Amino acid sequence: MGRITLDKVSKSFGEVEVIPPLDLTIDDGEFVVFVGPSGCGKSTLLRLIAGLEDVSGGEIRIDKQPATHLPPAKRGLAMVFQSYALYPHMSVKKNIAFPMKMAGIPEAEQERKIADAAAALNLTDYLDRRPGQLSGGQRQRVAIGRAIVREPAAFLFDEPLSNLDAALRVGMRMEISELHKKLATTMIYVTHDQVEAMTMADKIVVLRAGVIEQVGSPLELYREPRNLFVAGFIGSPKMNLVTGAGDLMQGAATIGVRPEHTAASKTEGRWKGVVGVSEHLGSDTFLHVHETGLAETVTVRVGGEFDANHGDTVYLTPEEDKIHRFDGEGLRIA
Amino acid sequence: MATQHSRSAARIMMAPAVILLLGWMLIPLTMTLVFSFKKYLPMRGGDLGWVGFENYVRFVTSSAFWPAVGTTLVIVGGVLVITVVFGVLLAMLLDQPMWGQGIVRLLVIAPFFVMPTVSALVWKNMFMDPVNGLLAHLWKFFGAQPVEWLSDASMTSIIMIVSWQWLPFATLILLTAIQSLDSEQLEAAEMDGAKPLSRFGYIILPHLARAITIVVLIQTIFLLSIFAEIFVTTQGSFGTRTLTYLIFQRVLESQNVGLGSAGGVYAIILANIVAIFLMRIVGKNLDA
Repeated sequence: MGRITLDKVSKSFGEVEVIPPLDLTIDDGEFVVFVGPSGCGKSTLLRLIAGLEDVSGGEIRIDKQPATHLPPAKRGLAMVFQSYALYPHMSVKKNIAFPMKMAGIPEAEQERKIADAAAALNLTDYLDRRPGQLSGGQRQRVAIGRAIVREPAAFLFDEPLSNLDAALRVGMRMEISELHKKLATTMIYVTHDQVEAMTMADKIVVLRAGVIEQVGSPLELYREPRNLFVAGFIGSPKMNLVTGAGDLMQGAATIGVRPEHTAASKTEGRWKGVVGVSEHLGSDTFLHVHETGLAETVTVRVGGEFDANHGDTVYLTPEEDKIHRFDGEGLRIA
Repeated sequence: MATQHSRSAARIMMAPAVILLLGWMLIPLTMTLVFSFKKYLPMRGGDLGWVGFENYVRFVTSSAFWPAVGTTLVIVGGVLVITVVFGVLLAMLLDQPMWGQGIVRLLVIAPFFVMPTVSALVWKNMFMDPVNGLLAHLWKFFGAQPVEWLSDASMTSIIMIVSWQWLPFATLILLTAIQSLDSEQLEAAEMDGAKPLSRFGYIILPHLARAITIVVLIQTIFLLSIFAEIFVTTQGSFGTRTLTYLIFQRVLESQNVGLGSAGGVYAIILANIVAIFLMRIVGKNLDA
């Protein structure tokens, strides 16, 4: 079981309030991702749940039990740190065994659990090595192994993939997702990478300056961002937020059009512009179009066959039923 | 990327310093070796010629030799234990955020800047004096008979004085080591259910192993040759005669340069044995 409830939880460091009172419920077995730009308080929120920071106000409940003042070890949560935080002087085996040793679990059971975790994480051949002799991905797996053997109520991940190279990150992303499917344990995952958030989460919590901007499934956030911040944050490349688009505005202060919901043509279209940079990915090409009179740059996704170079004139046409409209305060107009 | 030319230029430019240092070491060493094979009594006839290994045999067979070796090792060992144990504790204390941290750290380090002679005199006259010393007053305050530190507890006194001098060094090295400990490791251990004592034993202490090794090695080298602290307090009496002090007595009090030099050669050998021994025991911590 791993249902975590935050009730008006707030956190201040001295005079500075980093997290104003905040409510959030995380259901058992859910994969929740906290996402937001640097310094938005997402790691702090995770540390509050872990018990590594004391809350300034409000209450945390884990499985309906008040956990606000419980020490970290008593909360039944396991954390994977950004730096992995492996114990450098212990072998992989001893690292994984450490939480069990602290809990006083019998040797035989320890051995069995280590063997299971090592098999699940492809670490069997490395059990006698020190962390310093492992690659980044292997260290990451040791850190996860150390978390798994505790059989926690929930796993907490603090930007676990940010120290890995791009290719490895994609692989580990899949591994963690598969692990979640297999264990069906609650996982809370902090990242600033919205691709990680979109691909892994059951539920995304978008944070800005300690305030929850929106909570929802990845596609909810993609299709119906509640405000300008979420609209700009979710989706890659970013949504084009434009003003002064004539009759498309329909009373909105700002409208948003995703690059993938905009068609480009060399001959005709609603908006005229000049291509600045075109990024060729092979399958797709992203055109950064200037001088449209709408925004400094409008990004548009076209097929890889579309031939446009710097300085070419293009015409853009948004799909009208996929336009997002926001009012003067940046909130979505239903 | 040094070229052949710049490398030889560097060698030439470093040569004066290297030659000076080499001479500084080699000349006294050679002279000690030469004197140790001679009967040389400055006030009683001077250089009386070669005597082979006679000085060496006399020095070891003297009844003062083995007690002196023992005393040296007890002082070195005692000071090492005290400075490492208290050094670790102090370093952890100083690592805590607190008001006036900079000044407190400076004060803790201060004893290291006091000359050994001066600190020994301060301890002897201001703390350990059985009539006017601070400790004597403290004892009297509680109605106890003041301890005659330097005669009744001579070894304890010397170990205390020397530890007081070397504690700042150990603290300083260990403090920098503690500061380099990744706080996420401690947090991970905390989440793994490690109690404060386990966190100390499993995380902090292994992290400090290398720094402790360095403290032990450096201090041993310096502690084997302590002299001023003994000279100004007990003058080698009450069982505080170390090997260094014995050599001093042979050369200056007995005016027997040859015998003292032979003792010096023994001291070099002893220091090397201890160093090799320590390297063997603790050296493996250095390559982890």
